[in-house]
Amino acid sequence: MDSNLFPEGVTRCGLPKFSLWMAFVSIFFLWGVYAAVIIFANGIGVTGLDNYFGFGLWITFDLAVIALGAGAFFTGFLKYILKIDQLKNIVNLAVILGFLCYSGAMLILTMDIGQPIRAWFGYWHPNVHSMLTEVIFCITCYCTVLVIEFIPLILEQKQLNKIPFLHHFAHHLHVNMALFAGIGTFLSTFHQGSLGGMYGVMFGRPYAFRDGFFIWPWTFFLFVLSAVGSGPVFTVLVCTLIEKMTGKKLVDYKVKALMGKIAGSMLCLYMFFKIIDTWAWATGYLPSVGFTFDEMFYGNVYGKWLMWTELGLCGVVPAIMLITPSIRNNPTLLYTAAILDCIGISINRYVFTVQTIAIPVMPFDNWEIYTPNWAEWATSGMIVAYGALALSLCYRYLPVFPQEVKLNSNK
Amino acid sequence: MQQIEFDTKWTMVIDVDKCTGCGACMVSCQAENNIAPMEDGSNKLKTLTWLLVYELNNGKDFPERESAYLPRPCMQCGKPACVPVCPVVATTKDEEGGIVSQIYPRCIGCRYCMAACPYHARYFGWFDPIWPEGMEKALSPSTSTRPRGVVEKCNFCHSRLLDARARARAEDMDPNKLPDGWYKPACLEACPTGAISFGDSKNPEHKVHDLIKDKNAFRLLESLGMDPQVYYISRRDWVREQSDNHLPKDKH
Repeated sequence: MDSNLFPEGVTRCGLPKFSLWMAFVSIFFLWGVYAAVIIFANGIGVTGLDNYFGFGLWITFDLAVIALGAGAFFTGFLKYILKIDQLKNIVNLAVILGFLCYSGAMLILTMDIGQPIRAWFGYWHPNVHSMLTEVIFCITCYCTVLVIEFIPLILEQKQLNKIPFLHHFAHHLHVNMALFAGIGTFLSTFHQGSLGGMYGVMFGRPYAFRDGFFIWPWTFFLFVLSAVGSGPVFTVLVCTLIEKMTGKKLVDYKVKALMGKIAGSMLCLYMFFKIIDTWAWATGYLPSVGFTFDEMFYGNVYGKWLMWTELGLCGVVPAIMLITPSIRNNPTLLYTAAILDCIGISINRYVFTVQTIAIPVMPFDNWEIYTPNWAEWATSGMIVAYGALALSLCYRYLPVFPQEVKLNSNK
Repeated sequence: MQQIEFDTKWTMVIDVDKCTGCGACMVSCQAENNIAPMEDGSNKLKTLTWLLVYELNNGKDFPERESAYLPRPCMQCGKPACVPVCPVVATTKDEEGGIVSQIYPRCIGCRYCMAACPYHARYFGWFDPIWPEGMEKALSPSTSTRPRGVVEKCNFCHSRLLDARARARAEDMDPNKLPDGWYKPACLEACPTGAISFGDSKNPEHKVHDLIKDKNAFRLLESLGMDPQVYYISRRDWVREQSDNHLPKDKH
């Protein structure tokens, strides 16, 4: 029924089946919309956040998706600036994912601040000392760049592309994409770093505080490296998920393996510095303020297992797997490494967000436990559902995968 | 962040050994600053308590057990963790006297300052303030009420500083050189045991000038280098030892 809208030469499932899928995802989306309405009407007192945990699931979720969405700027940088041509086969998906991750994070942030109507104050009354100011500027500017990078893909939709003006407009945007890729790389690098810097400058919080280089704490650089070490493989995982769900080959495995190699190399670099950073923090900084390494952990939710899982199982292990050609070239092992990598980065964002503020810094204070409630889960789920809905529409109607026709021609 | 020194340094000194933990300071703070009572105050992590009294103990069992009560207002740090992180300059430390201000109409409610403050001295308005019927007539006229969604905190009853300065001007005195006792926060006035002292620690005519030099005076979390303007005094070693984190090999 809607086959005239499909990209040239591809097949898609019937509209009823697609509608059923969209309706299923919409249930989660609408549940989140309901929670969002409650939150906007009654304030964030309805969430599980409190005076100990001003930051919780939302900020963790934001940081995680922004790191995983780093595939967009890094793949764009490699494709358009360093001219690694093979990546053209996956860069569209990376850009869409980046856009969905960033716009989703911004949607969450509108709920997360207590006075959403004042969100523009960040531009009007900026504090140049605050890492969060840098985040506010970079996240909005980069989101705009992602929109600019996304627009040509929308304009290449079969019917839209027949309109001469839109066709030429899309072409010219493509021609200048290296410029936007460059701007995006600059903005996103600083933004990823500022997110790390936000924690690294909190000198009242020994779990997160780090010395650093010039005005940037080490966490600034660690967040950049961890994002580029996980973003590309997250793109691969999403691509593979779409392949499994649709039963089609969308991207040549060689491209996926290349993405794995890129992420693996960056992850190795990240793990090298992260381990040194952790060692220096545990043996140098913590004793200087009267803490021991053991005092940084408590129970299961803040246990040492999180750190060992993050650094070992979800850090060193996937790094080695991804840079080893024989492992990387095995699809099952590549995907396993990619999943471990993404989990590790998410744990990192969780501990920096929640564990940092759960630790009692005053000796007579207590550890507190944070449990997100339904309102936070529903709205976070809403963002995932929003991503799934948008991605489904993109896959169905836009020419996202240049190799799709060729890879499925013999079926 | 560069630390700014002022000619006046409003300083609070709390004698922990005199505090009985009665909570009068907390109640007076609530009344003075128009802090609305919560409909359901059972979750203490969501209540607004600009000044919180902590109960400390020496970790021993009866009959050796000892307790102490430690009121914790905002520390008005010389090098505050909250100020440089605020993205919209809603909190600053730029007025003579060194009180860390909080501009409620400017705050966007991002709560980064709360995450940065290890004293938990900043509080978020999770709900709209609702006063029981009739109570709204008893609100303090000199303190603004806050909408939900902004961070608030103790400001050493800043409106009383403005009142004291106005009185000084009326009496043809320097408003920046207030005599001892002219500016008193509400918690000090309400304390039945006289545990709280307040004044300019840079002015030799003020009592706190000498109190902060007491050999038993200490500040919370000195090793983090935040330079608080709130001092405590206790003659008990175990109380002073709980002022900061120490490794077993450290000398207290």
